[in-house]
Amino acid sequence: METIVAKDLRKKFGKLVAVKDVSFAVQSGEIFGFLGPNGAGKSTTIKMLCTLLKPTGGRAWLAGYDVAAQPDAVRRSIGLVFQDPSLDENLTAGENLYFHAILYGIPTAERQERLGEVLRMVDLYDRRNDIVKTFSGGMKRRLEIARGLLHYPKVLFLDEPTLGLDPQTRAHIWEYIHQIRARAGMTIFLTTHYMDEAENCDRIAIIDHGELVAMDTPGELKRLVGGDLITVRSEDDEQLSARLQAAYGVTPARTPDGLRFEIDNGEEFIPRFVAAEHGHIKAISLRKPTLDDVFLKLTGREIREETLSGLDVMRERRRMRRHRTPHH
Amino acid sequence: MTGKKDFSAIYVIWLREIIRFWRDKARIITSLIQPAVWLFIVGRGLGSTFRGPVPGVDYMKFMFPGVIGMTVLFTSISSAVSIVWDREFGFLKEVLVAPVSRTAIVLGKALSGSTVAVLQGAMILLLAPLIGVALTPRSVLAALGLMFLLSFALSSTGILVAARMESMQGFQLIMNFVVMPMYFLSGAIFPLSSLPPWMKALARVDPLAYGVDGLKNVIIGVHEFSLVTDVAVILAMAAVMITGAVLLFNSEG
Repeated sequence: METIVAKDLRKKFGKLVAVKDVSFAVQSGEIFGFLGPNGAGKSTTIKMLCTLLKPTGGRAWLAGYDVAAQPDAVRRSIGLVFQDPSLDENLTAGENLYFHAILYGIPTAERQERLGEVLRMVDLYDRRNDIVKTFSGGMKRRLEIARGLLHYPKVLFLDEPTLGLDPQTRAHIWEYIHQIRARAGMTIFLTTHYMDEAENCDRIAIIDHGELVAMDTPGELKRLVGGDLITVRSEDDEQLSARLQAAYGVTPARTPDGLRFEIDNGEEFIPRFVAAEHGHIKAISLRKPTLDDVFLKLTGREIREETLSGLDVMRERRRMRRHRTPHH
Repeated sequence: MTGKKDFSAIYVIWLREIIRFWRDKARIITSLIQPAVWLFIVGRGLGSTFRGPVPGVDYMKFMFPGVIGMTVLFTSISSAVSIVWDREFGFLKEVLVAPVSRTAIVLGKALSGSTVAVLQGAMILLLAPLIGVALTPRSVLAALGLMFLLSFALSSTGILVAARMESMQGFQLIMNFVVMPMYFLSGAIFPLSSLPPWMKALARVDPLAYGVDGLKNVIIGVHEFSLVTDVAVILAMAAVMITGAVLLFNSEG
């Protein structure tokens, strides 16, 4: 069953087309990832699916509801964890959840039980009466995830769920995400610009300049790269390049590390190649393709940083503030 | 508006601000320092240089309602402006995606801003005996009512401005070019009657002037306009501003 359907979804801000006729469908129970650099249109797409922005064109359905025509029904069906924190840090963890329960009309009789349930899920039950200000970045993120689950949504949206967190905490957050899917069978839609994290998704859509450039499982996407990545250094790269083209039909790219090319069965290729080169090779390395390589292959660019808007400046300040908060 | 759920949203936004206000004792204390400085330092200093602007009322007494007006003004505006930050990096963002109406959110924000402003203003009112202002239960109630009306109007104005503001930088601009002149022309520091015509004209369109005039009327019994005029102007302003804020919030995105 399809939980999210987007059809020719489009968003324009003035002259800028932030999202260009994007279409996709997410199956129920899937972990679906939106991957792309900052400013690619990931957050704009999420905002349209969450009814926070009205699409300029196209339509989208969430749990069967039209995001433009039935925003309230859509809002009840989704849980949201934003890229930027949205907790009140002067309130306790419990108070933040309590207010959420009221806003989503969870009956008084059920509130306490649900609060306990979601807080235990993210291991924060013992801290329920503590002021959020005293929490670490990872704990705040877990609390936001718990809050997003409180009203039993059909889809949980996570916009850059691990942004600004250290690697260990990031790994932890992912454990929770997998647990939630396993236990609640929820559909999870997330955005990230961390390529390594996207590997956790069942399917990935790669978005760049507002357009979908590919959509598949991480394994299939990596197959697009066309084999293993070999980097080789020799005494004369020019001559080696010519020989590679003639003997193996590959066109290597010049990089600061040497010549780079893609080839099937790299492990078997290396010994043959080195033997044939009779000692011309100074160094050779092999790397399995990553999603970074997929992105580079599809767009011709590495994931890049965009220039900062006014909002980004505020976001940076906010992040610096967050880093100063105590860790527990 | 769809009834019960929107009422809950108003309640949540209101309760949150009250809890925050109550918990942040340091903020309560510091926000009382500025009015105290005006009253006891500026008020006493100016009062010793020239006689009170109104015969029979010494200068500190004259300033007292104006300082309450100032507290209400600054508290309301800063509460409303917190929206700019809160909408991107705070709890308000969470409220904006909940299945509740924008109208309820704006009303909750305006009501919570005015509640906090009235609480702050009431604390200044407690200083009345120190200034030698005699209060009656009736004048206290009238003052609290006026403070609430005034802060609701000012909070709504602040929300209207904050609705489209994208960064905090704009706030400083508004403080300098709107809020400060509004305060100085309100009659809080000097009486409006002896002003040159151009300043008088500006004061006539300063909504705060009617608020301060009303407060002077009920606290020290001095006034330029009738209480009915004061209340009518503030009410009209509140109605226009809250309607504008609701419309602007509903048209977002």
